[in-house]
Amino acid sequence: MPSSLLWYIPLLPFAGFVLNGTVGRKLPRALVTAIALLFTALPAFLVGWLWYSMLTTGTETVSNTLGQWISISGFHVDFTFAVDHLTLIMLGVVTGVGFLIHVYSAGYMAHEDGYWRYFAYLNLFMFFMLVLVLAESFLLLFVGWEGVGLASYLLIGFYFTKKSAADAGKKAFILNRVGDFGFLLAMFLLIAHFGSLSFTTVFAKIGANGVTGGFLTAIALLLVLGATGKSAQIPLYVWLPDAMEGPTPVSALIHAATMVTAGVYMIARCHVLFDRAPIALAVVACIGAATALCAALVGVVQHDIKRVLAYSTISQLGYMFLACGVGAYTAGIFHLMTHAFFKALLFLGAGSVIHALSGEQDMRKMGGLRKKIPVTFVTMFAGVLAIAGIIPFAGFFSKDEILYKTFLAPGLFGKGLWAIGLLTAGITAFYMFRLLFKTFAGESRFDEHESHEGHGPGVHESPWVMLLPLVVLAILSLVGGWVGLPGRNLFEAFLKPVFEAVPTPALAAETISLTELILAGVSLLTAFLGTYIAYAFYVKKPGTGAALAKRFAGAYALVSNKFYVDEIYEAVFVTGLAFASRIGLYGIADRLGVDGTGRLAAWLTVDLGELVRRIQSGNIRSYAGWLALGAALVMAFMIFGFGHLGLSH
Amino acid sequence: MSTTVPLAAYLILAALLFSIGIGAFLIKRNIISIFMSIELMLNAVNLTFVAFAHKWQAVSGQIFVFFVMVVAAAEAAVGLAIIIAIYRSRKTLATDDINLMNH
Repeated sequence: MPSSLLWYIPLLPFAGFVLNGTVGRKLPRALVTAIALLFTALPAFLVGWLWYSMLTTGTETVSNTLGQWISISGFHVDFTFAVDHLTLIMLGVVTGVGFLIHVYSAGYMAHEDGYWRYFAYLNLFMFFMLVLVLAESFLLLFVGWEGVGLASYLLIGFYFTKKSAADAGKKAFILNRVGDFGFLLAMFLLIAHFGSLSFTTVFAKIGANGVTGGFLTAIALLLVLGATGKSAQIPLYVWLPDAMEGPTPVSALIHAATMVTAGVYMIARCHVLFDRAPIALAVVACIGAATALCAALVGVVQHDIKRVLAYSTISQLGYMFLACGVGAYTAGIFHLMTHAFFKALLFLGAGSVIHALSGEQDMRKMGGLRKKIPVTFVTMFAGVLAIAGIIPFAGFFSKDEILYKTFLAPGLFGKGLWAIGLLTAGITAFYMFRLLFKTFAGESRFDEHESHEGHGPGVHESPWVMLLPLVVLAILSLVGGWVGLPGRNLFEAFLKPVFEAVPTPALAAETISLTELILAGVSLLTAFLGTYIAYAFYVKKPGTGAALAKRFAGAYALVSNKFYVDEIYEAVFVTGLAFASRIGLYGIADRLGVDGTGRLAAWLTVDLGELVRRIQSGNIRSYAGWLALGAALVMAFMIFGFGHLGLSH
Repeated sequence: MSTTVPLAAYLILAALLFSIGIGAFLIKRNIISIFMSIELMLNAVNLTFVAFAHKWQAVSGQIFVFFVMVVAAAEAAVGLAIIIAIYRSRKTLATDDINLMNH
């Protein structure tokens, strides 16, 4: 593929956004769908072509510069896109999964108002996400980074007449701003130290310098702050569960498969930097492990089907962070890919369930859906098996790879993180099967009369446009992991050119080791254990969960209130900020400063006018008198000069 | 030219005329009288122009006088028309009563 065509990969969805965003309102729905699908299918084809041409010619990087963007005395940023094998993976995931979700959306959103708006936003998201992964400089990546945040905000608040949705959008946006602040500072430091924002230049200089730690740690930590915002990690993860207010396909695309993985992608992209900042890497690993465990725990007690998935997304992203933190970027990206498949599948499946129940999201009101929506059940079952890490589904291979690499990390640190990861794997299996059993097994607890919309024939299977993506993703969730078999890891070999400089532990070589097999066995056992407990709790003796919740009421309250993190943030940050804003910004700056200036000007004008008004008597002779007086004064000055007034020099 | 009238005499006369004009302008209430006082002031100025033009043998002063006359004529035409219009509508020529804008 000619490298100049790279630009069309993001620009085509942008064209779709412009078309649907401007005239979409007036177009028939079929045409809106056609535009949106066409402009996401074409980039997918281009990406396919790119894959083909890069693999057949053995090219490792392709790049294209459109022109110069910023140029200030030696410092310059160009419009440059570059593709290496890491980008290829991301491009494949974004365009592939993105296209499937577009197809699904055509069915899911069919009855919604603002259809054109939805697809315009979705295409806008694709544009920014593709810019993000194709960018060859921090700044261009940041453009995409901000842009996907914007698209995410717009789509979370898609049902903007609902206050909770509008608030959730704002929450996501503001928390992301906190992360972006770190990203910006990191860029400033990069400019200060390297005079460039281009990946190649910066990484070449870092590599040549041989420096470690110091300011690199600072830059890396600031980048991590950015990544925790975008990828919903501790401490900035709280926006993601609320983001479930958006339409379900959006949750699948943005808040599961693509956007939230941007942080992981960014860390992997900057691996040269992170490898030389071991403290930052350790921080990444700890954040990842802590997030994985905490989010999994909260996921156990959620009742909203989408919230379970949201917490599981946070938890799985924690795994990816953990992988990056122990230097196993390949494993992180591998999990990113498989996660994109099975989490998109799970979200779309959940969407299909919600669709079938006319908008019901509470799992306590589901149950027994296995017979009624069989295709959704089978595909979701595949997704659950994948995320739970049951062999031979995709999640098993990627999660196992991460756990193995973590185990190999030096010292007690690695073993401890591995233990947390393993525990999380067990909990993951438990809550995912809990979701599956509560939704599909047992007796139906759904009251059809209670359903809000009450249209159609009650519980019904989704149309084929929704089932098709489910089936494709289910197949991918099954086979997607086979590229990274232990001992014969094609995926790792594929990404080797990108992460070549990474010091991978010697054991991770081509041959399969005994340790890896044992660890795989252990994690598989854990997964089965989690599954069995879920089975015992929710199928064999339904009600065990509720009984346990009563028995450990304190712990249950702690977890089901999400460790009170929202409340703590509210008390620590929001209240203080709101108070300071009310007094400082509103009271002093706005009321006194801005309004005050205006009012002062108004009062001055009025009072001065009052004073001067008296001259304006309307009496022609008084005007003439003033005129004569003025003329006389002027004449006096002309004759006697200014000396008499003491004004002359 | 047996006797030459000095320049100062013209200027004093002009100043007198101008002062009378101003005085009348300020005192009179009838709009016609005010109008006439304006003419008086204009002609006082004309007189100084001509006097200086003669003194300095500069023709531009005389040209100014013609300009002033033309403008004054035009002004008289317009002004009188306005006065007639005012009289028709308000049945008075006293400026103190013409105070529509003073409200």
